[in-house]
Amino acid sequence: MLEASNLECVRGEKSLFRGVSFRLEAGTCLMVQGANGSGKTSLLRMLCGLSQPAAGEVRWNGAPIGKLAEDYRGELLYCGHAGAVKDELTALENARISATLAGAPVDEESARTALRQLGLKGREDLPARVLSAGQKRRVALTRLLLEKRKLWVLDEPLTALDRAAVTNLCGVIDAHLAGGGMVILTSHQELPLTGRVEHLRLD
Amino acid sequence: MAETSILSTLGAVIRRDLLLALRRKSDVLTTLFFFVIVVSLFPLGIGPEMAMLRQIAPGVLWVAALLATMLSLPRLFAADHADGTLEQMALSAVPLGVLVTGKIVAHWLLSGLPLALLAPVLGLQFDLPADALGVMVLALLIGTPVLSLIGAVGAGLTLGVRGGGVLVSLLVLPLYVPVLIFGAGAVESHIGGLGATAHLSLLAAFLALAAFFGPWATTVALRIALE
Amino acid sequence: MSNRLVNWFKFASPQTFYPLAGKLIPWFWALTAAFGLAGLYIGFFVAPTDAQQGEGYRIIFIHVPASWMSMFIYLVMAFWAALGLGFNTRLSGMMASALAPTGALMAFLSLWTGALWGKPMWGTWWVWDARLTSELILFFLYLGFIALQSAIDDPRRADKAGAVLALVGVVNIPIIYFSVKWWNTLHQGASVSLTKSPSMAQTMLWGMLLMALAFWMYSIAVSLTRVRAIILERERHAGWVEELGEIRS
Repeated sequence: MLEASNLECVRGEKSLFRGVSFRLEAGTCLMVQGANGSGKTSLLRMLCGLSQPAAGEVRWNGAPIGKLAEDYRGELLYCGHAGAVKDELTALENARISATLAGAPVDEESARTALRQLGLKGREDLPARVLSAGQKRRVALTRLLLEKRKLWVLDEPLTALDRAAVTNLCGVIDAHLAGGGMVILTSHQELPLTGRVEHLRLD
Repeated sequence: MAETSILSTLGAVIRRDLLLALRRKSDVLTTLFFFVIVVSLFPLGIGPEMAMLRQIAPGVLWVAALLATMLSLPRLFAADHADGTLEQMALSAVPLGVLVTGKIVAHWLLSGLPLALLAPVLGLQFDLPADALGVMVLALLIGTPVLSLIGAVGAGLTLGVRGGGVLVSLLVLPLYVPVLIFGAGAVESHIGGLGATAHLSLLAAFLALAAFFGPWATTVALRIALE
Repeated sequence: MSNRLVNWFKFASPQTFYPLAGKLIPWFWALTAAFGLAGLYIGFFVAPTDAQQGEGYRIIFIHVPASWMSMFIYLVMAFWAALGLGFNTRLSGMMASALAPTGALMAFLSLWTGALWGKPMWGTWWVWDARLTSELILFFLYLGFIALQSAIDDPRRADKAGAVLALVGVVNIPIIYFSVKWWNTLHQGASVSLTKSPSMAQTMLWGMLLMALAFWMYSIAVSLTRVRAIILERERHAGWVEELGEIRS
């Protein structure tokens, strides 16, 4: 269970938000909404422990995430604006290397399966340089399938994806929720999810 | 996390950075050419008297090695920072220190090691005797990892900062002074007949100290830069 | 968190510290003046003319205290930096930033007076004496710290990055000092050392100590003034700053 209490975010001299609290139970998706610059990305980075809140605390199963450190990060998957996809590496190498860096190495076969599942069949051995923005995003999203993590934090996962890929991704998220996972995401589009979805507005 | 898994991740990070460098060779080669050119400029500026050149050779080679390492530092984390890989590393289940150590080792393999291997060829330009060349290579092999370790801290601190490339030299060069003194000193004292053991042992001591503190300080610096 | 800890943090908050520093500053200026005048009087009028170095040696009454302070301030800076990193207190970072320019000034003063002393003593502005060389590198370390902090826009990040640099520097300073000394003895550079002044007379020692105290008080007064300015700049939107009488007028 992820719990945020009274989070405050200060950027420069401006307070973006304050008093943000929520509880996220297993099997639930939290949609964070708000205008551009309302602090959605800042909130997600705080929840991951990348940045410190100006006030408040984030707890995972009752313990502050700063104390848990690697134990928390082993349960967490964060997918930010930048997809961490290297132009010089092939799609397959990208998928396998990011899994290794995350501490969950995978064999070649499962990486190929994951890439195929996200509609990259036949592109596995092309350098990411020649892939389109949407295809690169799909390479980045293979991590959802490869790293078995409980909590997914996704920042604008739909960017550059076509309709088929959005449906595909929603299926992946639903399966994760059905299996007792948790998802926090930001998006300007509505996602056609079947699982339990809660909303959080930042203003 | 089991020890074997930490070691295998360390190996994987090193292989990854080497693979990336292989796919983009120009970055590594530029540093090496820079080293060669800077060293070759000195005889042109000072004059071709061999006795003089022999005397300044250790210092020239070491200063050029410092500058070449310096030049490669901004690239150490910049690409990973720009494409989001660094964030992923910071959120990995593997401690960030392990990943950072892997990156520093790879940086040394791509900058320090080639410099050390090139040095004898350049030493010939300065008429250094064969045994002095041997000491030179040995000193560079022990000293250049220290440069990578200290440099990584500077690279982490200046990550994404205005004018980071120039700033990193201001931060790191003063800290390189001991390596310069004992690295060049080893060769000079060997030529002077005093033996290089004391200098090399001290360089090794710096290496131990830097290997202990460097990755830790770099990790702290990177977490600050990512915030 | 225990009550005691909370109180301690409250004491370290800029809001409490600002008026306290304001009350202390005049006292430190007064002490600076008192020690400085006494030290200069002894230095110029009481201390005897040196048998070998004549009147020129009197510059050590500035040179030596400045060198001491430049090293000491770096230690203090690193102490505040460590405190700031460890406890995440805002004031610590501000103290470190406030000390750096004074430290750099002291290092520069030490180099400057060293050069002025060198010219009449051994006929050259600069010798690669171990002390002077270490002082030069210390000066570079200060410049690096200031440059890093001014290149980072976010003050919180600037504080933390500066703190890491100060700590790395403080580990390195003894190593650098020792290396330079070794290098100096091997190359047998300067034959005259600034440190080995022939058997210092008692009055000279007194003069130097008084001047050192004056420099110390000056550094505290200036740093406190600077830290007050930094507090005002960073907290200018906080309620307590807007209520300050001296700001509203």
